[in-house]
Amino acid sequence: MENPYLPYPVRIEDIEIATEDKSLKTFTFVFLNKEDEKKFSYKAGQFAELSIPGQGEIPIGIASSPTEKGFVKFTVFKTGVVTTFLHNMKVGDIMGIRGPLGNWYPWESLENKNILIVGGGFAFTTLRSSIIYMLDPENRSGFKDIHVVYGARSPGMLLYRDELVQWEKRDDINMHITVDSTDDPDWKYHTGFVPQISEEVAPKATEDTYAIVCGPPIMIKFTQPVLEKLGYKENQIIMSLENRMKCGIGMCGRCNIGKELVCKDGPVFTLDRLNRTPKEY
Amino acid sequence: MNLVKIDKNGFKQGIDRARKEYRLFGPAKGKEGHTIRHLDTDEYPDMTYNDSVLSAKSVLFPQTEKMLYTTFDESEPDHHIMKRAQADYSPQAVVGIKPFDAKALEILHLNFDNGDYRDPYFCDALEATTLVGIAVNSPGSCDFSTSTGTGPFDESALDILLVDTGDQYYAKIITDKGQSFAETCGFEEAADEKAATDEINALKEKAENAVTSEIQYENIAEKSIVELYNAPLWDDIAFSCINCGTCTFVCPTCWCFDIQDESKGNSCTRMRNWDTCMSPLFTLHASGHNPRGEKTSRVRQRFMHKLKYFLDKYDQGIMCVGCGRCVKQCPVNIDIREVCNKLNAYEEKA
Amino acid sequence: MDKYTEKIRSIAGNLLKDGKVDKVIGYKQGSLPMAANPFAARTQEQAEELVFNSTCVMNLANYLTDTTEKIAVVAKGCDSRNIVNHIVENKIKRDQVYIIGVPCSGMVDKRKITSEFETDLTEFAENGDEITVKSLEKEKVIQKKDYLRDCCLTCIKPNPVIWDELAGEFVEEKKMENRFASVEKIENMNPDERYSYFTELTRTCIRCYGCRNACPLCYCPTCFVDESGPQWVGKGQNETDIQTFHFLRAFHCAGRCTDCGACEEACPMGIKVREFTKKLVKDSSELFDWETGLDLSKRPPLDTYSPEDPDDFIK
Repeated sequence: MENPYLPYPVRIEDIEIATEDKSLKTFTFVFLNKEDEKKFSYKAGQFAELSIPGQGEIPIGIASSPTEKGFVKFTVFKTGVVTTFLHNMKVGDIMGIRGPLGNWYPWESLENKNILIVGGGFAFTTLRSSIIYMLDPENRSGFKDIHVVYGARSPGMLLYRDELVQWEKRDDINMHITVDSTDDPDWKYHTGFVPQISEEVAPKATEDTYAIVCGPPIMIKFTQPVLEKLGYKENQIIMSLENRMKCGIGMCGRCNIGKELVCKDGPVFTLDRLNRTPKEY
Repeated sequence: MNLVKIDKNGFKQGIDRARKEYRLFGPAKGKEGHTIRHLDTDEYPDMTYNDSVLSAKSVLFPQTEKMLYTTFDESEPDHHIMKRAQADYSPQAVVGIKPFDAKALEILHLNFDNGDYRDPYFCDALEATTLVGIAVNSPGSCDFSTSTGTGPFDESALDILLVDTGDQYYAKIITDKGQSFAETCGFEEAADEKAATDEINALKEKAENAVTSEIQYENIAEKSIVELYNAPLWDDIAFSCINCGTCTFVCPTCWCFDIQDESKGNSCTRMRNWDTCMSPLFTLHASGHNPRGEKTSRVRQRFMHKLKYFLDKYDQGIMCVGCGRCVKQCPVNIDIREVCNKLNAYEEKA
Repeated sequence: MDKYTEKIRSIAGNLLKDGKVDKVIGYKQGSLPMAANPFAARTQEQAEELVFNSTCVMNLANYLTDTTEKIAVVAKGCDSRNIVNHIVENKIKRDQVYIIGVPCSGMVDKRKITSEFETDLTEFAENGDEITVKSLEKEKVIQKKDYLRDCCLTCIKPNPVIWDELAGEFVEEKKMENRFASVEKIENMNPDERYSYFTELTRTCIRCYGCRNACPLCYCPTCFVDESGPQWVGKGQNETDIQTFHFLRAFHCAGRCTDCGACEEACPMGIKVREFTKKLVKDSSELFDWETGLDLSKRPPLDTYSPEDPDDFIK
């Protein structure tokens, strides 16, 4: 691309409040120029910089799957200057997207494998992208068993609830939805932290099983030993990291962990690669 | 490559001719000491300068640079759509750049053109630039460039290398760009190849022998990142650091930057500014989590990046050209040479 | 001043041997002539590396904040006043810090010295009031009193104002005609002249924040220039932003500044930051009859309200 700092102009097509406390919203963007959508062809696991002129840019995982055409979706948590401004924007507003950036989940090496997905909180965005990608009729036969463990603090904090319910009904994917706690008497899924539930329901590791883990640092910290217990080796555990970023293209130097740049050599890393870097994240 | 000789008066006249075709940059004295900056129409580069406070990187990578702009005025057809800011990429020349500063620009280029992405601001400026270097006959006391892969007479990153023999210059014209510059200036008087080469080599040997400061890093290359990262020597090294950022700003190979949007009324600019890993804010997440919240971790990051991460990642030596500016300017005298040698000598206790 | 070195080493060695402190903060010889490296000695062997000479400029009170350790610190007159200020502002407790007081006969201005040489210095040797300075091209013997830092020339308290043990005998306080002469020079300019003067003064600033970070007073967890919600100051090389940073910082130090000059020392571009910070020292002195760091029981004037506060600016 000519100028990697130049964002593609997009229009906000839809805004959906994603969680009951309104701290997360899902934005659907449409490219103003059709050719830009082709240039933006991405794979599940990548992220993009959402660019708001006058405010700044934020690196957000792409929540839509490459199999969904005509738009791109991002789920954004309100936490700072740019995200607050974004939350206050309206349908029809114009802003920019730079990307797709970063590497993606290693789909080529995941072919014909069993996949275990473990996600927590609002890190589930790129996992949604991955699940829709895998469940797409063109792709589903390329994977064996799919298990998903996804948890949030409470039912109202789960992302993409309608889709979760639909996936739960399918027989080509095993959903294990959990919440930390709830006082809803009709809650029919699990209750408990993600690491605990993973220990109970996740399949044991085989040669052909890979785990994709994406969540807050505390969840990752307690899920890792569980996966080890289940026999997953370092190169079978795939993680998606986050770090503070600015350029997103490996030049401004701030997102590095050791010699790995999270925006360019990542954000997807296998655990064995991470274990060879300093634990500075 | 050809060898030309230029007498000192002829040099000034040549510079005047060059001004018509090139925007000229070079060392010039100010109240802060010498800096490498744009030269006015009546200024000549001070070719005998001992040291410059800041490096030459600001010619290609200015401290503040506009990248994009747009307007918020909704009556404009492309409101909120960002466009590249205009800048001058007409031919420019840096006259009087030291060989290690030019080598540093090559190191910066590795970052700004990384195979997957090309930074147009730096790269377009680099393409428009001719580097006319001056060999360093008397290296300063903090010059350790001979042990970092360059040296006082290193021509590898230059378009022309000028050697001051006292009453005249020899000019080694190395590249096509150098050739065009020499022609524009009228530097065409051929030198006696043998005599000139002998004289230059004698000066080169004298200069290289005058470099008394050196570092070693072969052991650093062999150890693992995690081992050096966990070494117990970082607390002592970091104690006196005041996390100011002087070292990163005067360093010719430091490239970290910050991107900020500023707007006034309806006009909005996205610009980049030099940033420093020494700042506590550098890695601060919006959530409040800061992987490098401790001073020691930031000091460790700087030296590990320069002496190890870059070394491993690019396999082209360390990210330091031995200019010695950080050593001289650090208010608390943290010396990268000492750190490098300590790291090199480090043995993990069993 | 080398006689102090012996005494400091012995005091430090004893403190560490008896386990009275966790570390002794002082200076050790740097890797260049005229460089003194702030250093924390934790063992008796390390205490032998401590030195004290006329290049020990950085204010060690800068390293005393936000710690729970017991620390001994080498303090000149100005440094000791900053320690008093830290105690008054609750950044450290009196019983946490063992002050090794050093009566100071002034520090040399490194730029004044290097400006007289064409090449880098190779040696700097003190011998009483004389200093032998060598570079590759020449050697010069100078009188220390001719090369003192600007702040040392107008120093009101060369002797420590608070100490647990002294490393030497008190020195004579200076008699000065007018220690605010440099401020008055600017006060006598008209607003336009003053504006150009300060614009030119801060023109070469590279926003390294060396001045802020070297200053013992600047300990805010988030400095106003780093604040992003809302963002008060731009981060680019804009004249207005640069001046806003410098002048606002000076005001934040008003009534707390001891004119130690660490800010000027740290600046890589040689900006004479004290040209405007000293104005605030003058104002504190004239409006509030206040000199920083002389009394553990008094809070700085901008910290407290008194009905006697001057109000002649209310017209």
